Amino acid sequence: MTDPIIQFRNVSKHFGPLKVLDEVDLDIHKGEVVVLIGPSGSGKSTLLRCINGLEQITGGDLIINGMSVLGGNKVLREIRQEAGMVFQQFNLFPQMTALQNVAFGPQEVRGLSRKDAREQARELLAKVGLADKADHEPSELSGGQQQRVAIARALAIKPKVMLFDEPTSALDPELKQEVLTVMRTLAAEGMTMVVVTHEMGFAKQVGTRLIFMEHGKIAVDGHPRDVIDTPPNDRMKDFLQHV
Amino acid sequence: MEVNWLIIWDFIPQLLKGAQVTVHITVVGLLGGVVLGAIAGLMRAYGNSVINAIAFVYIEVIRGTPIVVQVMFLYFALPVLASIRIDPMTTAVLAIVINAGAYIAEIVRGAVLSISKGLTEAGLAIGLPRWKVIRYIVGPLAFRRLIPPLGNQFIVSLKDTSLFIVIGVGELTRTGQEIMAANFRAVEIWTAVAVMYLIMTGVLSLMLRMIEKRMRIL
Repeated sequence: MTDPIIQFRNVSKHFGPLKVLDEVDLDIHKGEVVVLIGPSGSGKSTLLRCINGLEQITGGDLIINGMSVLGGNKVLREIRQEAGMVFQQFNLFPQMTALQNVAFGPQEVRGLSRKDAREQARELLAKVGLADKADHEPSELSGGQQQRVAIARALAIKPKVMLFDEPTSALDPELKQEVLTVMRTLAAEGMTMVVVTHEMGFAKQVGTRLIFMEHGKIAVDGHPRDVIDTPPNDRMKDFLQHV
Repeated sequence: MEVNWLIIWDFIPQLLKGAQVTVHITVVGLLGGVVLGAIAGLMRAYGNSVINAIAFVYIEVIRGTPIVVQVMFLYFALPVLASIRIDPMTTAVLAIVINAGAYIAEIVRGAVLSISKGLTEAGLAIGLPRWKVIRYIVGPLAFRRLIPPLGNQFIVSLKDTSLFIVIGVGELTRTGQEIMAANFRAVEIWTAVAVMYLIMTGVLSLMLRMIEKRMRIL
């Protein structure tokens, strides 16, 4: 097996006296679709945000594609270009159109020409089914559309891993599906994905691995179908009954 | 003495000269104040604890003392303390820079912090360095929210120039005072002075409203 693309080595994260991640060890390999679940406060979002350095780890080491998140600002920026992130609240830049949102990163970060960046952005918007919304501003788009633009924006910097932080939690049920469909396509194309979600259907169908977190530790790590159908512990069983 | 509005005409040129000085102090002072305020505000919003503390002390000292005291300090105390002697006009401009700077710093800080943290994170997450996030994402958004409170401060600072009467700067209020001392036409002269201030603040308000209209607040 090749080297893991994400390696948590004894990673801890404290917020003041609060221990959010407790000596986590975790290897994620290329092509895996890892679904992270757990009660709120279990550390699943924090774990995800540590991967691209939006949260700084306070113990251990975390290696992304051979680079440590402790390597300083320059390395961190490179890591962020390898790990695209999609947020619960979309966080599209409101002063830019959908196209500009997607083209901005490649132009400013990857150094693409304006023309190439826009061309690529058009392709990506088409990929997420929004070719006709290129010139719309975020405020003119539905939540589901905004989130699909956000996915295109993250893809535009050509990451090796995509991180999803509850990408459908802020969406109405009927809008969730269009986002999940895009995510399914990505998974089918072999994108490595780490997804914090409460969508058990998605976890079962698309996930290759499911991790249940509790109190900052990985409590369960297994194949989604196996561990969802027969939860190995009572806490997870209890949790699954409530999602 | 009977009120005679017509005598105002005789003093219009003199008053206009005063108004010119007022405008001069305001414009130059506010230009400096915006620069200083932007720097201090960004120091507060993004600086580490030391940088933050420096800006904090500056802002609190200025906001916590009357501007007249600040002017007196610059003009009378500074020469004693540091043997720096500055003329009244420079003192006036400097006082506006320092005073408006402190208030503008708080306006800038507030505007920057009002922009959702998620947007900064989204910018960082695509690999942008922090300065580009500030320059291209947070900055333009914060700027739009800056305009209304900034306009307020501009008007306050313009009116604050009237107290440079205490160090003998020949601005509008001082000019009115001088004319009045010679002819005791209090009603006519102070009315004229007030109207001139109203015209200046009115023009300023109008300009700001135009800028606001052209810029959508996001």
